[in-house]
Amino acid sequence: MKIHEYQAKEVLRQYGVPTPRGVACFSVDEAVAAAQQLGGSVWVVKAQIHAGGRGKGGGVKVARSLEEVRSAAQQILGMQLVTHQTGAEGQKVRRLLIEEGAQIVKELYVGMVIDRSKQRVALMASSEGGMDIEEVAAHTPEKIHKVWIDPVAGLTDAESDDVARKIGIPAAAVAQARTCLQGLYRTFVEKDAMLAEINPLVLTADGRVVALDAKFNFDSNALYRHPEIVAMRDLDEEDPAEVEASKFDLSYISLDGDIGCLVNGAGLAMATMDIIKLYGGSPANFLDVGGGASKEKVTEAFKLMLKNPNIKAILVNIFGGIMRCDVIAEGVVAAAREVHLSVPLVVRLEGTNVELGKKILAESGLPIISGSDMADAAQKVVAAAKGK
Amino acid sequence: MSILIDKNTRVMTQGMTGKVGQFHTTNCKAYANGANCFVAGVTPGKEGQSFEGIPVYNSVLDAKKQTGATVSVIYVPPAYAAAAIDEAVEADLDLVICITEGVPVHDMLRTRYKMQGKRTILIGPNCPGLITPDEIKIGIMPGHIHRKGRIGVVSRSGTLTYEAVGQLSALGMGQSSCVGIGGDPINGMKHVDVMKLFNDDPETDAVIMVGEIGGSDEEECARWIKANMKKPVVGFIAGITAPEGKRMGHAGAIISGGQGGAEDKLAVMEECGIHITRNSAEMGKLMQKVLKG
Repeated sequence: MKIHEYQAKEVLRQYGVPTPRGVACFSVDEAVAAAQQLGGSVWVVKAQIHAGGRGKGGGVKVARSLEEVRSAAQQILGMQLVTHQTGAEGQKVRRLLIEEGAQIVKELYVGMVIDRSKQRVALMASSEGGMDIEEVAAHTPEKIHKVWIDPVAGLTDAESDDVARKIGIPAAAVAQARTCLQGLYRTFVEKDAMLAEINPLVLTADGRVVALDAKFNFDSNALYRHPEIVAMRDLDEEDPAEVEASKFDLSYISLDGDIGCLVNGAGLAMATMDIIKLYGGSPANFLDVGGGASKEKVTEAFKLMLKNPNIKAILVNIFGGIMRCDVIAEGVVAAAREVHLSVPLVVRLEGTNVELGKKILAESGLPIISGSDMADAAQKVVAAAKGK
Repeated sequence: MSILIDKNTRVMTQGMTGKVGQFHTTNCKAYANGANCFVAGVTPGKEGQSFEGIPVYNSVLDAKKQTGATVSVIYVPPAYAAAAIDEAVEADLDLVICITEGVPVHDMLRTRYKMQGKRTILIGPNCPGLITPDEIKIGIMPGHIHRKGRIGVVSRSGTLTYEAVGQLSALGMGQSSCVGIGGDPINGMKHVDVMKLFNDDPETDAVIMVGEIGGSDEEECARWIKANMKKPVVGFIAGITAPEGKRMGHAGAIISGGQGGAEDKLAVMEECGIHITRNSAEMGKLMQKVLKG
């Protein structure tokens, strides 16, 4: 689960990481009032969306008067902000962060990820702040310094100071950098983060080390123990179909094709998308109904797929293990009737009680196309989507 | 022979008094030699109870001492799963299989750290378990699709493993053992660990390796295969059409920062001499072709 920049900074401040003073705003008037309240003569007006690359897309503006704050807020609030992470349609800006300006001397990068091979939290730091770390990794990998953190010792003073020096923090500010790095690590562990970035971490003209931007992604499996993080969820930033699916415990991801897929199991669901592509079609979604799908769950899954206006055909691919094929078949028949299915439906069943399942489909009187195996089913659904 | 488990393995179920634990223990008991294999259950505070004649103990250590079980299978809820693994490791079991899906990643980091220097092997979490056909099944896979034979199967997925097994069985190729290592980013056995066992198993002739997007386990395994494997390997990777940055159902199935894509994995696997297919319906057929030479 992702959160906004202003929320990420709130969390970091709880762990002692300094950030610029700022106020989250939902309207132009609030933005001007916030600037007044913050005082000073330079402010930054920042669009709050979950995607990165906001500055390049025109979502971050520096203002040197309250009038400029007003006009920047007017321009940004409500705009469709397009960045390299939003896709061509962009993301609507509904929230702003108004911050005091900072005099930046140096921009640095610090981030944390879970290193799957080493099974440790990895700290990554670089002198190249403000850029995508992937780009730094691709072109100047020697500028990325990594520390694999021992979960018992935590990020030690020595490790932290060593990294700080390597990325160019001056001796006088190493202790401040330590506060930032160790604070970031404690946040990462205590809040169950999967990914965290402070980019850039800046050195200011008055010698302070400050988190100028921050990003978090949390482990959704651990949200049950972090109600304070769940409270920060912004549904406007998520795909409505995926939000709807999560209510029914369905795992759904929207794609841009025209063939809906309903599958049990994540691996088989991906393989089903892939085989549709292999036979010349294009999947409209990833949809894993899980191990214990009921009739209701299958019906909801059909409704979800049919909300997509691009859908031209549906492929149901089930390998029954715990889930019996007859139960799925009954669910498919009931769902097809309830939603008045208007597109061709291809069903491939295999595994536990497969004969019974096929019989239920055949006797339903519905125009269900049966696929004998994955390849046959994929070819049939691709043909059906093309109107053949 | 087989790898990891056979008809003489003695198993305890952690989470024995829960609905899921009971459902699958019943099914596992009914498969092949299961009635002799499943000898104990563990649920703290429920000692003295029994389920279908299987005694329940308060702790893994008690269950081990009383019954001689050296393997455990875990069905406890996600919030308690890592602690259940820790307990099995502390009791010095040979093998722990964690079926539970949804275990927090930081819990697994701590558990894996504690496992350093211990002899216990972990499979999972978020896995279907493993099976040696006609001898024993530990996990949630449908037993009836398997046939005894000489092909090893290792996979990160559940139903996609069944798909591979179903194709093999339909073409008359049985399996020596099938191991689901699970779809989580921080887990126990990796592809390469299972591959080493298959390589050393005199009753395995060839292996199907099923992977998916995310991480670099398949690449690491492929490099090991190139240098060491004496038997042919057929490989498939799910997720060629998966978009970047999205978690595709499994917690570990995510392409991040341009890393972990299916085509990259397939390229490394091919380069390392693995017989790859991009068509999941043809894993069995490709194996047949490879074995015929």
